[in-house]
Order: sequence, then C-alpha cells, then structure tokens
Amino acid sequence: MAAAARFLIRGANSKLPIAVVGSGAHCSFGSTFLKLSLNCNSGIKTQRRHAAHFTFQPDPVPTQFGPTQKMNLFQSVTSALDNTLANDPTAVIFGEDVAFGGVFRCTVGLRDKYGKDRVFNTPLCEQGIVGFGIGVAVAGATAIAEIQFADYIFPAFDQIVNEAAKYRYRSGDLFDCGNLTIRAPWGCVGHGSLYHSQSPEAFFAHAPGLKVVIPRGPVQAKGLLLSCIADKNPCIFFEPKIMYRAAVEQVPVESYTIPLSQAEVLQEGSDVTLVAWGTQVHVLREVANLAQEKLGVSCELIDLQTILPWDVETVCKKWSNELGGG
Amino acid sequence: MTSVWRFVSNALCRITGRKVGSTVVVSNSLNEFTTRASFDIKKCDLHGLEAGPPLKTELSRDEGLRFYRTMQVMRRMELKADQLYKQKIIRGFCHLYDGQEACAAGVEAAIDPSDHLITAYRAHGYTYTRGVSVREILAELTGRRGGVAKGKGGSMHMYAPNFYGGNGIVGAQVPLGAGIALACKYQGNNQICVTLYGDGAANQGQIFEAFNMAALWKLPCLFICENNKYGMGTSVERASASTDYYKRGHFMPGIRVDGMDVLCVREATKFAADHCRTGKGPIIMELQTYRYHGHSMSDPGVSYRTREEIQEVRSKNDPISLLKERMLSSNMASVEEFKEIDIEIRKEVEDATQFATSDSEPPLEELCNHIFSNNPPLQVRGTHPWAKLKSSS
Repeated sequence: MAAAARFLIRGANSKLPIAVVGSGAHCSFGSTFLKLSLNCNSGIKTQRRHAAHFTFQPDPVPTQFGPTQKMNLFQSVTSALDNTLANDPTAVIFGEDVAFGGVFRCTVGLRDKYGKDRVFNTPLCEQGIVGFGIGVAVAGATAIAEIQFADYIFPAFDQIVNEAAKYRYRSGDLFDCGNLTIRAPWGCVGHGSLYHSQSPEAFFAHAPGLKVVIPRGPVQAKGLLLSCIADKNPCIFFEPKIMYRAAVEQVPVESYTIPLSQAEVLQEGSDVTLVAWGTQVHVLREVANLAQEKLGVSCELIDLQTILPWDVETVCKKWSNELGGG
Repeated sequence: MTSVWRFVSNALCRITGRKVGSTVVVSNSLNEFTTRASFDIKKCDLHGLEAGPPLKTELSRDEGLRFYRTMQVMRRMELKADQLYKQKIIRGFCHLYDGQEACAAGVEAAIDPSDHLITAYRAHGYTYTRGVSVREILAELTGRRGGVAKGKGGSMHMYAPNFYGGNGIVGAQVPLGAGIALACKYQGNNQICVTLYGDGAANQGQIFEAFNMAALWKLPCLFICENNKYGMGTSVERASASTDYYKRGHFMPGIRVDGMDVLCVREATKFAADHCRTGKGPIIMELQTYRYHGHSMSDPGVSYRTREEIQEVRSKNDPISLLKERMLSSNMASVEEFKEIDIEIRKEVEDATQFATSDSEPPLEELCNHIFSNNPPLQVRGTHPWAKLKSSS
C-alpha cells in the first residue's frame, strides 16, 4: 500500500491549533499528523459516519485525443469496451451478469449492439472464468473477463499467477495469453466491509508476466484500459468502485491510449514525495494542499498508475532529487 | 417451548368471552382440538437411492404451533430488518430469507442441537433456528455490542455454538462443511454436519472438490442446495447446464424436496440425516424454495422476474400459510390462536428492535481485537503509519 496519510477531518481543521513545522524533522511532522487525527477521533458518537471522506478531483480536459464528452467512470469503461468491440472483431466480453449491463453498469448496451456471442454471462465460477479467458486469449481472440468484485478474484489466483503470468515464459514465447484483460471493481467505499472493499493488487505485484493497472479517474481509466487490452501481456485492470458514479470528467470519445508503466507526476514539490494510485490519489491531493497550507511543506504527488511493472525511474528520480542527489 | 404453549392454550381455555385487543377470545376447550394428525407430503425425486423419505407424516398440535411460531418469527424478523435497512439503521449488506422459512425450520426439526450447521450469507433464519435470539440478531445487524458477534460481524457473519455462520464468499463454506463432517467422523460422536449452499454456488469448483472428498471418505455430511431459482439476478436455466441440483453429486445419492412444505423438509432431512449417521456417507438434498425479496437489499428483485411470479408464490405456496391452512383444516388450532401468536411475535420483534437501535456500539478499543490469538497485545497500523491501534485477544 502506498504510504498515504488518510484524514478523517471534515472541514473542522481550520479551527485546530497547529504548530507550523518547517521542512525537515520527520518526527514532528508525524506527530502533528497524529494530533490532527486524534482530535477528530476522540469522542466517537453513535451513528455519525466519519469514514469514506472522499472528494474526487477531476483532471483538466484532455485536448490531444479529439472531441470529449462528459462521462463518469463506468461510462468511460463502457466507452473503452465499445471502442474495442467496434475495432477488434475478435474481442469478447464475459463475466457474471455482464449481459444486462453489469452490477456497476460498465457493460450497458454492449450486448444489444454487438450480439450475444460477443457479450455473454458466465456462471458463478471465478476460477472457471479466468481459466476460460486464458484459453480464449491463447487461441487468438481478445478476451476481456470481468470478475464481479476484486474480493472474489482469489479462486482465480492460481489461474492468474500460475497459468496466465507464466504462459509465455514457459513455452519459450511459442504461446501467450497477452490478449487477456481481467477487469474488476476495486477498493473501499465505506460500507463494503470484508468482501466488497478489498484492494488485492499487492498479491499480484509479485507475479512477473502480469501487468496490474489502477486508474485515478475516467480519462485515465479509458486510456489505460485500452492500453491493457492492446498490450501483449495479460493485464489486470482494477476500477475504483467508489468513483463509478462520483468521478465525472470530460473523456475523449474516440480510442486513445495512456502508456503503461509510466507514472504521472501530478504536482511538483521539493520536500516530500507522495505516491499513490486509484482512490488515494485524490486523498493525497487534499493532503498535499493541507500540508502546504498548514505546514508549509511542499509535496510532490505521483500517480503510479501501473503497479506492476512500476515506473521505478520516475519515483526514484524524484526521491533522489529531494535528497539533493543527482 | 412446549410449556409456553401449554400455558397459552390453558390460559385460553380459562378465559370466556374476554376481549383481547379487538379480538374476542371465545372459550375453547383443549379437547376440541385435534392433537395429532397425519398429512400427505409430496414424493421426493431420488437419485442413486432405492427408497426415499415417507409419503405421509404425523404432526402434533404442539409441533405445529412451534413450527408456525418459528417461521413467523423469521418472517417478522426479516421484514423488520428490511424496514431498518430502508431507514439506514442497518447498513452494509443484508440478504433476506423471507419465503424460505420452511427450509430452516424443517431442517432444524430433524437434527439435534449437537449436530453442526454451516451456510452462506442468507443466514438470519438459520442463526435463529440454531438458538440465537432475535434481539442478538437484530443488534448484530445494527452493529451494536449486544449483537451475537459483538457488532463486528454484521449480517453475513453471525455464529452460535455448532453454527459456523454466515459466510460471504459464494461456495467457500462447502469444503468447510466437509471438514467439520470429517471431525465428527474422526471423533466418533455420531454427529453430522449440514452444509448449505445455493443454486448459484452450485457451479463453483470447490463444491465438487468437497463432494469428492466427502464421498471418498464417507463423511457424515448432509449437503443441502437451497434452490430459490435465482442466483442473484440469474435464473437457474441461464446459469446451469443441469438444473437437477440433487443429481449434481453424481456418485452421491440425492433427493429433491419441496422446500415450501416444512413437513416435507423435516421428513427428508430426517431421512438424509439417518443416511449420514448410519455410515452410508454423504447425501445431497435439493430444497426447492423461493425468496420474496431480491438477492440483497440493493436488489429490488423485479428486474429479472415478474411481480406476478412473486405474488403467485406468495398466494399459492407460502410456507407459513401452507402450515396454517393444514392445521386449521385439521382443526388443530384456531384462527384466534394464530393471531395471538402473531401479536406476541410482533411484540418480541419490537422489543428486539428497541434494543437493537438503542444499544451502544462496540468501543473503539475493540476494533482490532481478535485478529490473532496471542498473548501479548499486538500493535496494528491504523489509517496512517502513526496511528497505532492495539489488538488484544
């Protein structure tokens, strides 16, 4: 997990007495944060929800990909899938309940538009879905498998790590399942509890051969998903479910790709590097502003985007710059 | 339970023409009621079996009233949970059991409290039949410390002695059930494990792994598939190559049972439990049942089936109505008696709701407890690296 300070403050912070801390001393920085969160945690009342503070910060409108349209996250995913089905005649989408549009509406309208042999439901069997997807991909079709929640991906863990990730290597490049992309709703929403909130990217981060990608918003989502589908390696694309409706941006209507394994520096800074992905990027945006405002600390914010293989260069260069190195 | 009913029926006997609320209770002597009657029950389809459960069963007045009470409590409790969820007092996930009451009531009547039971997430009914009070169930749903799992489990994670939950991941509880059955066999305690799953879970790979192990080692495991026709929003025809779930065990014998008739469920479970206990190995029961609510509270339940269909089941096949009609037509109880029971149950559920909405939440110190079982308390990272929470156990 990214080292991310998550605050539960709801706009009362301006009233809290906070000592100004100069850049440098890590301990006092830490203890001030601790004081901030302790103040809001004390005296928990019943039924008032402190969790799930989340404000989506939209990206500026992209100009380089053609005309744009207002879309939320699930619509941008639908748009990406629509583009794929239109341009790639071998593309198929399958998973639990995708035919009627999916439990998060990501595949609405696609079955009607492209036919029931291209967008179809599978029974309730994650291991089967992924195994089947690997087979489809190896045989040459573009397979886009949906796992209904990232929390349910574990029955398929063996297929992903032992089969999908290693196919190319073990066959000496004779076979591969690069045509496979697995999509799953990801991350916490506040009320999802044990099995509708998980962020399992760390489990997959140690399986070379796989790519793991997590977008921070609709524009990124469409571009990154299209890159995953086009990429010649099996990819897992996690979609932060809290943003499905909440995140609205102007998204290009045509196909476009955002390169994988390239982290994006969202904000330049000189004192601290904050690295995050998905939902946390927006939390850290707020953190960076707070830190600048309250503590005079200049934060660099990096969205990692691709977890595996991750952009070591960008992150480490920034970090070494801060240390005053070359 | 029996003594309560004896008390109630005796009390009703002594009262002559006294107004109770808006109902006038007339004098009914106990002798007017049939104490025992025999009923025909539907023949069960069999797979891999020469003979099946009997076609006739006997029901005593006490047993009947007990069944009625149990099922009505489940019904009222689930409807109350529905109400509380809509008022946002219950949050998270809530999968309701109304319509399927005969399954829980019938199964429990045929097994012993020392037998084991494990089910999936539609577990409120079984939590009740396995001995947890409505109070504790509702308090668990509202996340208070008086809840059966101390408020930390919620709807899908309720437990009781010999009741292993309450499991969120579809199908994951089936190999667990087989394991519990192994323990029973190993310990030689003549107990069985009733392992429940749904029509959606019936297509999970791990179920078949569990079937194989149970059959290979002749484990006393009673697999029950509660087929309520829909796996979330997918009807059984669209999900399964074979909808004969009782045959899915292939090498394991199976029975298909009318899950809306509590007597049929009881007889079939008795038959199946006996099969397991006499060392013949595992057996599958498919209970054909129906749920009135959607898959969960976020599912209206009408986008994949018609309201007419739901209404039809409610009017023609409701488990509580079926039992009530049977008892009334055999003169085993009176309409007033049932009304009295309803009033009592309503009060019980109201009291439980009162408790569930007024009890305090678990303290913050409880948040990280019982992650591990260890002696020295463990430090757990909170929402950021400098917030440390303590985990004791």
